[in-house]
Amino acid sequence: MANATKKLVSAPVADNNPIILQVLGICSALAVTTKMSTAFTMCIALTAVLCCSNVLISMIRNHIPSSIRIIIEMTIVASLVILVDQLLKAFAFGLSKELSVFVGLIITNCIVLGRAEAFALKNPPLPSFWDGLGNGLGYSAILLIVGFVRELFGSGSLFGVQILSLAKDGGWYVPNGMMLLPPSAFFLIGLIIWAVRSWKPEQVEKPDFQIQTHRPEVS
Amino acid sequence: MSAPEKKSAGGPLASILALPNDSAKKTLFMAVAVCLVCSVVVASAAVGLRPIQVANQERDRIRNIVDVAGVAQPGQSAAEAFNEKVEPLLIRLEDGSESDEYDVSTFDIEKASKDPAMSRPLPKPEDKANIKRQPTHMPVFIVRGEAGEMERLILPVHGAGLWSTLYGFLALDGDLNTVSGLKFYQHAETPGLGGEVDNPNWRAIWDGKMIYDDQGNPVIQLVKGSVDASTPNAEHKIDGLAGATLTSRGVENLINFWLGEDGYGPFIERLKNERG
Repeated sequence: MANATKKLVSAPVADNNPIILQVLGICSALAVTTKMSTAFTMCIALTAVLCCSNVLISMIRNHIPSSIRIIIEMTIVASLVILVDQLLKAFAFGLSKELSVFVGLIITNCIVLGRAEAFALKNPPLPSFWDGLGNGLGYSAILLIVGFVRELFGSGSLFGVQILSLAKDGGWYVPNGMMLLPPSAFFLIGLIIWAVRSWKPEQVEKPDFQIQTHRPEVS
Repeated sequence: MSAPEKKSAGGPLASILALPNDSAKKTLFMAVAVCLVCSVVVASAAVGLRPIQVANQERDRIRNIVDVAGVAQPGQSAAEAFNEKVEPLLIRLEDGSESDEYDVSTFDIEKASKDPAMSRPLPKPEDKANIKRQPTHMPVFIVRGEAGEMERLILPVHGAGLWSTLYGFLALDGDLNTVSGLKFYQHAETPGLGGEVDNPNWRAIWDGKMIYDDQGNPVIQLVKGSVDASTPNAEHKIDGLAGATLTSRGVENLINFWLGEDGYGPFIERLKNERG
């Protein structure tokens, strides 16, 4: 059991990462990673929602009519997200203002519904919890890596603490403005996917078709 | 929301749960039960956390006043700076006179706009900021220099953008014409487009702009493209927000409305006359 649990939690972090293998949840990965603090809050919020939604859906999995399955899942996820949003507004007001709509958009984050459909509907609550935690951590790992690079090179700081002294304040570092724009997250995620697939070649998809090499007809 | 609870309840509940999952009765029951439980959870969170959220908003409002006033000092909390440097004043908009009808420290613009006793309906042609009702009184904030002269005047302004009402503060220099800061503290415009009203670079463009023309009419304009020194009347013009025409127009209208004769016009007139 302990081994199975470990696998449930660790597999989604590297072997079956929701962002870099399944390419889900990209929207928020682009939007909230300009700063470590917002990326970190988003990670906690998503992991919490994912764990709770997996557990709750798994608890009632044997009673969910298949015709309204998705609606029930969405209702539970949406309620949890509103709960998280309200808690952030009460206890982390500044962050909740920066995250603005993106906390609300956890509702439409494919990872949450994906795990509910793929795992929680078929497994008991405890494994579902571990699965939620694992996927949340997998999402968080990528978000934090992207956030780290973007904040460090885009603003020269980490968690708002100045690390590289900026040229405009008399230092040496000229920040890379592109790091603060959403496309840079695409490039970074692409690079991470490349790195992980070089390390674990089994993640590379088989090509859909083979390009034929051109052979001049010999007459 | 949990299965064990429902099972232990027994009786009619158990019989419903024993039905096949896809029967109409059970489908209806599950839909109602899940919605009921979820709505109770959401509603109690919203109601229970409300006082803390309101306190946060108030703190945020004060921080914004202090920011716009430019009186924040390192090592001092916003509330301290506010108490020390900023002088709140309640004015009657109609004639610009000081008033003590309501407590200025607890005056809530949003609430006042909804209260028939504290606000007046705006006829359509006058309602440039599209706010429908305007409070009869407004709080303003004054920062005084060493000799007691007015250094800055901070005016709360609000008006409709694209999706939401924008609430903010406009700071004027002592000449009551030059803008020295604009900041919106509450809005729900599209992040990245209209939401760029929060962008510090865009807000910085406002500094040094002139509100009034020679006749004393507010003539702020948000124009397409960028404004440089060679543009005619550049002192009244501000770059519109790219991709957010309606938000830009809303900001333009609300500034001109609140600084005009239906807004703070009479008050500013009175201050100028007092100065002679």
